[in-house]
Amino acid sequence: MTETAYNLAELCICAAAEAWRSDGEVLATGITLIPRLAAGLARLTVNEELLLTDAECHLVAEPVPVGPRAAQPVIEGWMPYARTFDLLWGGRRHAMVAPTQIDRFGQSNISVVGPYARPKAALLGVRGFPGNSLHHPNSYFVPNHTVRTFVAGVVDMVCGAGYNPDRWPDAQPPRWLDLRLVVTDLAVLDFAGPGHRLRVRHLHPGVTFEQVQDNTGFPLARSEPLSTTPAPSERQLRLIREVLDPHEQRASVFKHRSA
Amino acid sequence: MLDKTLTVAQMAGRLRNGMTIGIGGWGARRKPMALVREILRSALKDLTVVSYGGPDVGMLCAAGKVAKLIFGFVSLDLIPLDPHFRAARQAGAFDVWEIDEGLLQWGLRAAAMRLPFLPSRVGMATDVMRFSKEVKTVRSPYDDGEELLAMPALRLDAALLHVTEADRRGNTVILSPDPFFDDLFARAAHETYVTCDRLVATDRICSTERARYNPFERSLVTAVAEVPYGAHPTASVPNYGIDVDHLENYSAAASTAGWQNYRARFIDLPDHASYLEAVGGTQRIQAIAAPVF
Repeated sequence: MTETAYNLAELCICAAAEAWRSDGEVLATGITLIPRLAAGLARLTVNEELLLTDAECHLVAEPVPVGPRAAQPVIEGWMPYARTFDLLWGGRRHAMVAPTQIDRFGQSNISVVGPYARPKAALLGVRGFPGNSLHHPNSYFVPNHTVRTFVAGVVDMVCGAGYNPDRWPDAQPPRWLDLRLVVTDLAVLDFAGPGHRLRVRHLHPGVTFEQVQDNTGFPLARSEPLSTTPAPSERQLRLIREVLDPHEQRASVFKHRSA
Repeated sequence: MLDKTLTVAQMAGRLRNGMTIGIGGWGARRKPMALVREILRSALKDLTVVSYGGPDVGMLCAAGKVAKLIFGFVSLDLIPLDPHFRAARQAGAFDVWEIDEGLLQWGLRAAAMRLPFLPSRVGMATDVMRFSKEVKTVRSPYDDGEELLAMPALRLDAALLHVTEADRRGNTVILSPDPFFDDLFARAAHETYVTCDRLVATDRICSTERARYNPFERSLVTAVAEVPYGAHPTASVPNYGIDVDHLENYSAAASTAGWQNYRARFIDLPDHASYLEAVGGTQRIQAIAAPVF
């Protein structure tokens, strides 16, 4: 049997879908394209109980494909922002987001790069990261795994809380702080190293541990044995290509890479 | 007969320098932009602005109206970042109090309930605490003893909102799919100024089916103005969607010269009818396809 060809975006979508496998009936939120496609794939393959939204204010019975589409999604509920806060503060959600910076504690930043008073780059603002990080599991997607995203020291503004005892009230870990999977263009990682250290779980084909370490601003742990990121199955590829992303928007995600 | 109608110019005339102003909507959706443009044309200054920020915040920043911004984000939705906000933020042009978007509604709720604060876990263990002069913590008086963030009440001098329909008495309906937190902005404010796409008779504003779209009672409403397409270039679904083409032009105008040019073309105009003409006419706005998310 010949191996089916797939690209990096498809590999990342399949790896990221694993984040929601054992979550049960929670809201799966994927922010930016790859996490959104991954949440949809998880709903269609590993966790049929997941709740999904249409990226506006409705719950949908099936994942909404990205881009122009003929069919209207089946709406199964209402999820305006007010209800989203009610839901997420209750914890029944797992989000995968795309921070601009992540540090060795898993603290994340989407607000500013540079000094806070006069930043070099003002980005979105903290959005919901502070609340998300303390109330429900969070995973990260990073399309450009470099020392600029996985920074030495701490992130320029801690938007999402992490495993940093210096920041914790009463030096106690926040009860529902739960950082899960990290999918990048080089590897699949988690926070299951010693003392929640970021740990490499899978390397994408052709990538070495040293390469991942060189592109990370702090020491990484490695799982033993260190396996290759599982290749997408025929079924996963068909769902991505024909159902979830028929216009191949995913082709734009890794344009900055030569391969 | 109870009649709260005013023009948007009269509304802007009721505002004062240094006020704390809350703006309803969210990002590029249902922003009271005609009223914001009145403020841009006025001499008002030193405003503290509370907003789920979109082009309302970007334009007020570009015009130098903002002394302090209380916000969780500024975004044009399909265009993720607002370059006017970014430029002003990077120049340190105003004070910032940056809070989680959930904390923002929590602070409005505290003001609405006339409480000094509401407790929350949100913001603990992050720089929402470290970079803010305002935020303090409180310890649970119960057995758990947890230290919590005490989100102070966000009391507003005025709330500016755009709704789908209203009547002269100040009754409103929001027919767009997400009412956001307009109700809390109104409750947190000393005065609430509402623009609407259409002014209707009181016997047409609600019905048993539509009553649930009435976001708050008219006693919270200070004044009402009918401004068709008054949220443009933001959306007021079901009447019209986000004008992404216009927002792209607005985004491209982030230089000083660019902003002066944008102002001349779209803000420094005699009236709202001239604005609608300048942006391509109402038929063009109506033909804007709904954005695909």
